[in-house]
Amino acid sequence: MSEELIRAVTEAETPVQMVKAVQNLAAAKFAPAIPTLIAVFGYNNPAAAVVAVNALIAWGEIAVPALLSQIDDYNYGARSYSIRTLAAIADPRALDILIASATTDFSPSVRCAAAKGLGKLQWDKMSSSTSSIAISRAKETLLLISQDPEWSIRYAAIVGLQYLAKLAKIADVRDSVQTRLQELLVGDSEIAIRTRAQLASKSLATTSN
Amino acid sequence: MVEPNISSPQLTPDLAIANLQSADLSLRYYAAWWLGKFRVNRPEAVDLLIAALEDEADKTELGGYPLRRNAARALGKLGNLQAVPGLIKCLECSDFYVREAAAQSLETLGDTTAVPALVKLLDGGVFAAVPVQNRPHLVQPYEAVLEALGSLGATDTIPLVQPFLEHPVPRVQCTALRAMYQLTQNPIYGEGLVKMLANVDLKLRRVILGDLGVIGYLPAAEAIATAEVETSFKLIALKGLLENQLIAGEETLSLSESAIRVMHLMDSLL
Repeated sequence: MSEELIRAVTEAETPVQMVKAVQNLAAAKFAPAIPTLIAVFGYNNPAAAVVAVNALIAWGEIAVPALLSQIDDYNYGARSYSIRTLAAIADPRALDILIASATTDFSPSVRCAAAKGLGKLQWDKMSSSTSSIAISRAKETLLLISQDPEWSIRYAAIVGLQYLAKLAKIADVRDSVQTRLQELLVGDSEIAIRTRAQLASKSLATTSN
Repeated sequence: MVEPNISSPQLTPDLAIANLQSADLSLRYYAAWWLGKFRVNRPEAVDLLIAALEDEADKTELGGYPLRRNAARALGKLGNLQAVPGLIKCLECSDFYVREAAAQSLETLGDTTAVPALVKLLDGGVFAAVPVQNRPHLVQPYEAVLEALGSLGATDTIPLVQPFLEHPVPRVQCTALRAMYQLTQNPIYGEGLVKMLANVDLKLRRVILGDLGVIGYLPAAEAIATAEVETSFKLIALKGLLENQLIAGEETLSLSESAIRVMHLMDSLL
């Protein structure tokens, strides 16, 4: 039964059949289907890819090893779906790929997704000795891209920094994030960025009390 | 918009101003574009660009005036109100694209003395607003004119703008909705734009998101966030709503509930 659902995806002949087959496979909640769902990213069928993204996000950390090992370095579209999915799952094993994507990806929207994902990583899944280094790498990345010329990247960096400071629960991290937010809320050229920095700053100040 | 050849020599403001007086028409054409692109707001640049609005040398077989088009666009970017009378005269030019560029630049310059001349382009109303044979445009640049009247706050022109809500071209309808919202602040027109988001044409949906962002129609926030358009367009439109909210509340950066709501939508799109 489950093998048939996988075969229906690999043998779909029209885009509509493909979407239907991916929906059926996703609904089956069948772990061996995970590699097939990831492969859908490379089929150039955005509707099917969105179904696969949501199904994989629902699998959460179980899907992470396959997502990391199946990243397609040659198909840009497929790669961006993988990064978006990893960013949404927020498993810290995705730290390296999210750092690389947030700083150097070709597409601003993938960089934004990676920046937000970096802030939301679930640090409690790491041992405390490794997590402090990982947190500081995520923080440095977000501080760096908070100076990007593109406003949407700065916006995403602020969102990432706000989550990071909240989730990392480390006073030093919170302090350096607050310092950067203060700089942005006074000095950024875009009023939307100044306002988002203010919202982040205020939200962190409230939670620390 | 004609992008320059990458292999063109690097210009400087002085060189561009000199080139604008060159015998070589292609150098003049490129210099006019360059002065606007890099906002070389120097008096001699403005004077030469204004003079270029009446150029007769650079003329295409179809009767177009390429240098005038570029000069008109550049003057919109330089923000010098001295250009207004020359641009108003361009609204009578035989070249559609010169008239369109002039209307757009008059909108950017924000000088309401242009309103009577802009209104003249609406003569004959919707019935006269038909396509030109064998050209990809209508007889007048209606979108640019309606947009300008809305941005300039020309409330006297409401009776002339309103009929264009019924124009058969969806893009013109959208511009009329946008202008009517700006002129009346009546939500019925904002809602009209939101309804048009159901249009099958992706390009039009992108334009509508842009319109909603510019007019800052806050009740559209959720519709923008869920529209079938690429995320980058949604973010820009929501940023527009946010900016409109904030400008209304001055520079105090007050975190109003609606501003926070818009930011949460933006966060969710990342």
